[in-house]
Amino acid sequence: MNWTGRRLPRTEDPALLRGEGAFTADLAAGARAVRFLRSPYAAGRILSITAPDLPPGALLITGADLEGVGAIRPELFRFNYRAIAQPVLPRERVHFVGQPVAAVVAATPEEAEDIAETILLDIEPEDPVVTIDDALRPGTPTLHAEAPGNLVVDGTIRHPDCEAAFARADRIVELTLRSGRQNATPMEARAGLAAYDRATGRIRLTASCQMPHMLRTGIATLLGMAEADLQIVAPDVGGGFGQKMALFPEYPLLVWLARRHRGSFCWVEDRNENLIASAHSREQRHHLRAAFAADGTLLGLEADILANTGAFSCYPTTCGVEPLMALAEYPGPYRLPTYAARARALATNTCPAAPYRGVSRPVVTFGLERLMDRAAAALGIDPVALRRRNLVTEFPHVTPTGLTLDQASYVEALDRAVEAADIPAFRTRQQAARREGRYLGLGLAVFNERTGYGTPAFAARGMGIVPGYEVVDIAMTPAGEVEVRIGASPHGQGLRTALAQLAADRLGLDPSRIRVIHGDTDRTPYGWGSFASRGAVIAGGATQLAADKLAARLRRAAARLLQAEPESIALRDGAAWAGEASIPLTEIARRVHQRSEQLSDLDGFNLAETAQYDPGGTFSNACHVAEVEVDAETGHVRVLRFLVVEDAGRLLNPLIADGQVHGGVAQGIANALLEEVLYAPDGNPLTGSLADYLPPSAAEIPPIEIIHMETESPETLTGAKGLGEGGTIGAPAAIANAISDALAPFGVDITELPATPARIRALIRNAR
Amino acid sequence: MKCPPFDYHAPRSQAEALALLARHGEEGKILAGGQSLVPTMAFRLSRPASLIDINRIAELDHCRAEGGRLRIGALTRHARFERPVAPGPTGALLARAAEHIAHAPIRTRGTFCGSLAHADPASEWCCIALALGAEMRVLREGGERLVPAADWFQSVFTTALAPDELLAEVSLPLLGPDWRCGFAEFNRRAGDFALAMAVTALRLDPAGHVAEARIALGGVAGTPILAETAAASLLGAPPTPERLRAAAALAAEGFEPTEDAQVPADYRRDLVRAMTRRALEGSLAA
Ligand SMILES: Cc1cc2nc3c(=O)[nH]c(=O)nc-3n(C[C@H](O)[C@H](O)[C@H](O)COP(=O)(O)OP(=O)(O)OC[C@H]3O[C@@H](n4cnc5c(N)ncnc54)[C@H](O)[C@@H]3O)c2cc1C
Repeated sequence: MNWTGRRLPRTEDPALLRGEGAFTADLAAGARAVRFLRSPYAAGRILSITAPDLPPGALLITGADLEGVGAIRPELFRFNYRAIAQPVLPRERVHFVGQPVAAVVAATPEEAEDIAETILLDIEPEDPVVTIDDALRPGTPTLHAEAPGNLVVDGTIRHPDCEAAFARADRIVELTLRSGRQNATPMEARAGLAAYDRATGRIRLTASCQMPHMLRTGIATLLGMAEADLQIVAPDVGGGFGQKMALFPEYPLLVWLARRHRGSFCWVEDRNENLIASAHSREQRHHLRAAFAADGTLLGLEADILANTGAFSCYPTTCGVEPLMALAEYPGPYRLPTYAARARALATNTCPAAPYRGVSRPVVTFGLERLMDRAAAALGIDPVALRRRNLVTEFPHVTPTGLTLDQASYVEALDRAVEAADIPAFRTRQQAARREGRYLGLGLAVFNERTGYGTPAFAARGMGIVPGYEVVDIAMTPAGEVEVRIGASPHGQGLRTALAQLAADRLGLDPSRIRVIHGDTDRTPYGWGSFASRGAVIAGGATQLAADKLAARLRRAAARLLQAEPESIALRDGAAWAGEASIPLTEIARRVHQRSEQLSDLDGFNLAETAQYDPGGTFSNACHVAEVEVDAETGHVRVLRFLVVEDAGRLLNPLIADGQVHGGVAQGIANALLEEVLYAPDGNPLTGSLADYLPPSAAEIPPIEIIHMETESPETLTGAKGLGEGGTIGAPAAIANAISDALAPFGVDITELPATPARIRALIRNAR
Repeated sequence: MKCPPFDYHAPRSQAEALALLARHGEEGKILAGGQSLVPTMAFRLSRPASLIDINRIAELDHCRAEGGRLRIGALTRHARFERPVAPGPTGALLARAAEHIAHAPIRTRGTFCGSLAHADPASEWCCIALALGAEMRVLREGGERLVPAADWFQSVFTTALAPDELLAEVSLPLLGPDWRCGFAEFNRRAGDFALAMAVTALRLDPAGHVAEARIALGGVAGTPILAETAAASLLGAPPTPERLRAAAALAAEGFEPTEDAQVPADYRRDLVRAMTRRALEGSLAA
């Protein structure tokens, strides 16, 4: 019973490292290539789409060809959500630069691109709505008639006693912050390969996606086809980070082509398309007011949250996902007596927003943790002491938005971080550096991360499609290996390894005997996918339940064969033991399947079980500490040190946990300093290549120190909590606080991310 | 992001390459390291009908000191300069700058002459060429000419090179030990094109006074530019920290910066001031 908790190298990695992974584009041999024509205008009316010299064999598909194909129109039944529709290919109007308006099919991607250049798109441009301010301006154009004032979501929470708290406050601290727009930038962009099977008439869509079962439902619904005739396969997927959850118009079009033309059609997105037309996120503006007592006690919080949600609403989460997560989770890990907030999603003529690792919490944590530092300065209290005073210490704790915080280590993690960071020594270095005209800063961010939440949490959002549970089918083969079929769809999280570790312990088997099967709707039970830091908790919990059921069967069979009581049977080292006597599991498996006359009266003819798991959710927590040096002349920020104290409950595989933290922190640092999608005022994207949109390289990321704490969750079967998003959640706030600390001599305070060198220079220049 | 169709030629000699250039004129393009040309073709910003690949032409593959100058043939890769190719300030300056050019795999392919022909405003080699007074040896079928750096750079991505010409060699003066060369650049990520760079070269007389001064700026205007007023301000006196600082301030004011969404003009000036001072100070620190 000791595979769980080990730093087992990921079984996924060797093939990837040898270059033997199979991504969608690797499987495209023989398929015809699809190239999308994309709108060059942010807003406009389509007058005509014509192909003056389409070569023989090539196809041009426009909205007019898609008679009977539905529009993508996710639903949310709360928060004044207005359901807006996204056509697979538009017939009348275009809504953002990059929106697919037609598709060209040719023998090769090169030819398809050549032909696409010859197509005449006649679009009459209209005035676009690009920014949050554009969308709010009275008399601004309306994108969708269904959403007057471009307001797609307008949610409010208001405790009646909030005003009284502010009236009573000794100090009110205000903050307006902006978060730039980001693209999740998975290393593999989107890709899809739809193939028609002549024998059965079924279509197999191989796609670089995170939610294969959901994609099947979505596409079958749009095309009015039987779900049973559509198989979705997620092969190796080169990162998703949320971007690959959504149902994009490109995929139903590929399936439509495969059905209509009875062939194979492949689209491999290029980086420019991914940067301008996949999904963006985090363009938000928050205005915060916090009421404090003189001793630093937080009395109340008001938040006004605005999210630029782009042209359409992503399926299935809807564009409510960003503003409503901010609305629900602003209280964070702090004891907040009363709360009032409004969260709005605004439609604009920009690429639609979708979840990206952390979703709104990087912005929320940026807001809360900047607020704590500001309040500490205003109240003359040490920022660590101020946090300690307000962090939740008694569990379970119900937040003002009705979330239950389970057992966690908010104060303890902060203390560990403060100790490891050695703040007094840092202050000495900082003073010495300042005397030389160098600016060092230290910043910290405390946060909790809502993870592993099942159906009730999603249902509370009022979603039309409610994800949450996971189902795991487990079976032992006649030769004694175990197949674990999961509805979740990992794509880099190492779940194949971690789940094998879990099952191995329950079954007394070596993990190498366990195969985790995922990412294929024909071969796995219906399930939701990999997102929202849920894999280890939910797929893990279901795997454990399923493995326990299988173990019980094996024990019953072993008891019969060893002439012992089932309760006395122990499974270990690949065998079932009754005291000194044992029988190999391979032998039990063979007998169950092939000598069933001996055992079938017990449990039937196989060793297959299924289990479902649907937890309420658990909060992991962490404290991030960043040490930076700011070059006051250039505004450049170098991250010198990054420390993470992470508490994700019981760790199934600390090596994988470390990897999740490393990757997340790198994205968080990029969010803080580098990555920003920019649009010109006319709605043209300015960051269409990786020369302009700047993911970090290894040179920009410091070594990341990790200290794990393991406060097991009473709310989850495995005791584990999710941690997949934490890195991205805490890092931006820690860096923003560190820069503000470094530039305290100038009175500079970071309220906008990314804190680009040009912005930092402007702040310093204006401060002087 | 796939290249448009093109014909491909791989001449074995300089003469053959020049004949192909003469034949294809505007429609032909030389392929050297491909590190700028191929991406622009993939973006379909450039669509040459014919590519003339010079990588098999042995005559172009040299880099040697000769007659007081460093002669850099068209096939000399960036990576060659990572360690000094010649003793003295010139080799050291080139080595200092080389590490800032893109990333290791790109440096093993991209060529020095390709950078000069491509003339990206933020090219390190172009800035150094202007600062030190490089000379370009340009060939065409039946002809040859030498173009000084001052006449080479015309505007963004545009040089004195005609469509039927080959840049066979660039030469740089091998500066003596009385020269102090400095280099500083600013970029947001390692390996990116610089938002601003400064190359400085000061000749000190035996009394320690500045006898000659050259300051070139890159990445801040359509071409690399000389900060002549700033350089002149240093002449005839010792290079004290105050004088260096004042020269850097002059450099920051003496040009029209290019602006874009990420780099406003006043920020570009801030960077020029900082980079010029750092290049000057760095050159004297050793
Ligand atoms: C990610 C990335 C980052 C980069 N960062 C930097 C950087 O920081 N600094 C920098 O300076 N460069 C940078 N580069 C560009 C790189 O240095 C190129 O190698 C260089 O600009 C061009 O050299 P090349 O040999 O690759 O030329 P090619 O790409 O082959 O050609 C470029 C152009 O020059 C012409 N040409 C090339 N050689 C000759 C010749 N001998 N005679 C006539 N015409 C010729 C070609 O026809 C073409 O028009 C970067 C490139 C990439 C991909």
